Amino acid sequence: MGYKQMEKSPVPLTHEDFASDQMVKWCPGCGDHAILNAVEKVFPIIGYKKESYVLVSGIGCSSRFPYYVNTYGFHGIHGRANAIATGVRIANPKLSVWIPTGDGDSMAIGGNHFIHIIRRNLDVNIMLFNNKIYGLTKGQYSPTSELGSITKTSPYGTIEHPFKVGELVIGAQGTFFARAIDSNPKFITEVMLEAAKHDGTSVVEILQNCVIFNDGTHDMITNRETKDDMQLVLKHGEKMLFGKELNKGIKQGKNGLEVITIGENGATLDDVLVHDMYNLSPGVHLMLSKMLPPAFPIALGVIRSAVSDTYCELLQNSIDDQKAKSPIKCVDDLLNSGDTWVI
Amino acid sequence: MATNKQIIERDSVVVKFVGDSGDGMQLSGTLFSDAAALAGNDIATFPDYPAEIRAPHNTVAGVSGFQVHIGKETRIIGDKCDVLVAMNPASLKANLKWVKIGGTIITDGDAYDDKSLEKAGYATNPLTDNSLSSYRVIAPAITTLAKETALANGLDVKSAARTKNMFCLGMVYYIFDFELETPGCLLDKRFKKKPLMADVNKKVLEAGFNFAETMEEFASRFHISNVQLEKGKYRNITGNIATAWGLLAASERSGRDLFLGSYPITPATEILIELALHKSLGAKVFQAEDEIAGICSAIGASFAGSLACTTTSGPGLSLKSEAIGLAVMTELPLVIVDVQRAGPSTGLPTKSEQSDLNMALFGRNGESPCIVMAAGSPSDCFYAAYNAAKYAMETMTPVILLTDGHTGQGSELFRIPKVADLPAINPPIAKPNDPDYQPYRRDPETLVRQWAIPGTEGLRHRIGGLEKSDGLGLVSTDPINHEKMVDYRQEKINRLAQRIPLQEVTGSVDADTLVISWGGTRGSVYTSVKEVNEAGKKVAHAHFSYIMPLPTNTAEVLSKYKNILVCELNSGQFVNYLRMTHPSFAYKQYNKIQGLPFTVQELVNAINNI
Repeated sequence: MGYKQMEKSPVPLTHEDFASDQMVKWCPGCGDHAILNAVEKVFPIIGYKKESYVLVSGIGCSSRFPYYVNTYGFHGIHGRANAIATGVRIANPKLSVWIPTGDGDSMAIGGNHFIHIIRRNLDVNIMLFNNKIYGLTKGQYSPTSELGSITKTSPYGTIEHPFKVGELVIGAQGTFFARAIDSNPKFITEVMLEAAKHDGTSVVEILQNCVIFNDGTHDMITNRETKDDMQLVLKHGEKMLFGKELNKGIKQGKNGLEVITIGENGATLDDVLVHDMYNLSPGVHLMLSKMLPPAFPIALGVIRSAVSDTYCELLQNSIDDQKAKSPIKCVDDLLNSGDTWVI
Repeated sequence: MATNKQIIERDSVVVKFVGDSGDGMQLSGTLFSDAAALAGNDIATFPDYPAEIRAPHNTVAGVSGFQVHIGKETRIIGDKCDVLVAMNPASLKANLKWVKIGGTIITDGDAYDDKSLEKAGYATNPLTDNSLSSYRVIAPAITTLAKETALANGLDVKSAARTKNMFCLGMVYYIFDFELETPGCLLDKRFKKKPLMADVNKKVLEAGFNFAETMEEFASRFHISNVQLEKGKYRNITGNIATAWGLLAASERSGRDLFLGSYPITPATEILIELALHKSLGAKVFQAEDEIAGICSAIGASFAGSLACTTTSGPGLSLKSEAIGLAVMTELPLVIVDVQRAGPSTGLPTKSEQSDLNMALFGRNGESPCIVMAAGSPSDCFYAAYNAAKYAMETMTPVILLTDGHTGQGSELFRIPKVADLPAINPPIAKPNDPDYQPYRRDPETLVRQWAIPGTEGLRHRIGGLEKSDGLGLVSTDPINHEKMVDYRQEKINRLAQRIPLQEVTGSVDADTLVISWGGTRGSVYTSVKEVNEAGKKVAHAHFSYIMPLPTNTAEVLSKYKNILVCELNSGQFVNYLRMTHPSFAYKQYNKIQGLPFTVQELVNAINNI
């Protein structure tokens, strides 16, 4: 059931309808608090009945999320949130399924389920908290840790090439990918509303700061000095401009995307790409999702939102079709079908 | 000519069709067993095939077969065959040990060229070197004869040779005096889109039948004595299909949609395939990316209110262990079907064993009890699956249903029940806006918690793999609470014993000796006990379908016998479970771990040797 068909709440709801009475046990200063706040705010805006929301998680700091939101919630086992959520959504497509997960839960132990839920375009909303570290097990490197990261299990620097979440999403034929930062809850809310409106798997990567084990990992993107030059906030139909003076832009060059400064080296506003998040072809979306500081600003907002058939839609069509066509309408019909004889 | 033939009266007869994978042995076997069933016989069948899809031609490794037991009360597929149909030297070589002395061997005389003999590992031609003198061997030029008929009826040269299986089947039909009409209809159905193939196959079948009639070697024919089956409507069914249908019936009867999350694995795949067919009944079948996603999706579906199931075999059950623990902790209904195969690891994928019992009972971290049940025969899989679903939902607990490759892929007659006559299923569904609702509030008698289904008004709650507080279901690390919850989870299962059937005993109930079986060996142990009793020795038989919990009268049953012999296809897992749960009795054990079923003969010997 898509965004438009979902049953809406008969009465307006507020974020208090979703606040749970449980003590939130994340560390003070953890980015998760801001994300929780954003979720409690966006659910009333989306406007479904409060009983329609289901949060499904795996293991990790992010995965404690369901306990802190007053919805139906399921706290699963490590890496399996996407698989559990698949069953929830298929069993009842009238539910709005949200998956808080992390770079360990979905990129490592649950990597397989992550790519397959995306490939199937199952209608769920994945919120991937990327802090590039294992927090709950106290500071080991994750599949998104930068090459060379010094962590407890890589005392001399990691020798593994990190995953880029967006690249993996688009590689798995993802139809929706967006990115936000924990330090801007209002922006998270906006992006999540877009994710909810998208029929199919939506993945929102939230760059989240772990104050204890990886503090400042997103510093270059978030600090006041550099953030304007390091953040490209995408808006559909608008030019990809950034910088304090909005005088920098992204241009399609011969060998991929390029950063240009308008007025320098003959660059004009006309050279700057216009963002088309609905483009079915993922080429530019992939390049945008891979841009990394300091050579490029990081792309924020909805990078890709392509329309495609969803799993539950196709499943329901197939069930309806068989119900109309098949002579077997009940189990008694089935038991008596084919070759039988009376003794 | 037929009037001169001698008639051999028999209670039952075993026929085995063997050839290269791809020779059409499964089809021949099915056509034969269906005809036998329509003629009023009881039947049991079993396909025997290698793990490879098309192993090299004419080699012993590539032999595929189909065994059929027809007659009166055919609870097993039979130890040895009366008639072996072998399409080539390799299949003869691989199966000769399974032919009764004096039995009939029908084989294709055309297939015994030097190259095929060499590939099969024969130094000399068994048809001419007198090594088969203890058998009645019939080896006409089957390929040539079948080809002639097929070509004369308009088939191309390549397809013509492949009708040889029908020629053999025609000869077998003659031996048993079966009507040719039955396979005719079945062939029409099978080759619905190729009427020429159907027609030619029928002609070749008839040619085989007529040919047998003219042969002097067929001096005798079998006649099966009157079979007295309970009146009713019957069909043939394999254990895996019966399992699938049992789950569908439980879904319909309980009003809970069926969800299956599975990953293909031999020999359980047929359940997944069968359920995928039945979208018209609303079954939602999800072929997951792996075994773990199979069970985890099922747990999600169960949380969302479905009758959720996952099907697998041994290695898959290993992968599902952690998730089974999650279902134990969240106290959600879940049916896990394990069609056991010989292990450990990949083991013998196409061979059967009962060696996953320990894993079903104990194979998880923590104190993690599940309900464990086992199916006794192919048709019993229907009721076992139905009851597994019933008890999973009514107890809000995962149920592991153990079947095995032999039971899952074997077939037997199934008396068709009416869904309305099956026992009612009453899942404990929480009512909307219940002001007293608590996720872990329990029924005081059964200790079962309620099923509060997402989407229901006024019941929002959170559950998960962390230990929960009694009643409220909040995350709790309180030591006393943890112990209490561990006790509840076990006691809830113990109390189910009050609601399952009492343990029955058959055979000579007043005997000194009790033979115990569980799961798929029911037929062989039943038949062996019967044979021993008929020979004058008194023996009783108790077959266990419920393992965790055991029936409440288990101790009482065990206490009545001086000798207790537990027979199972593993190294003694059930007998050790009985030693643990009922330590005051002395047990003897008989075990076999060869990937093969028990033969009646070896069981009879074991019972007599007590």
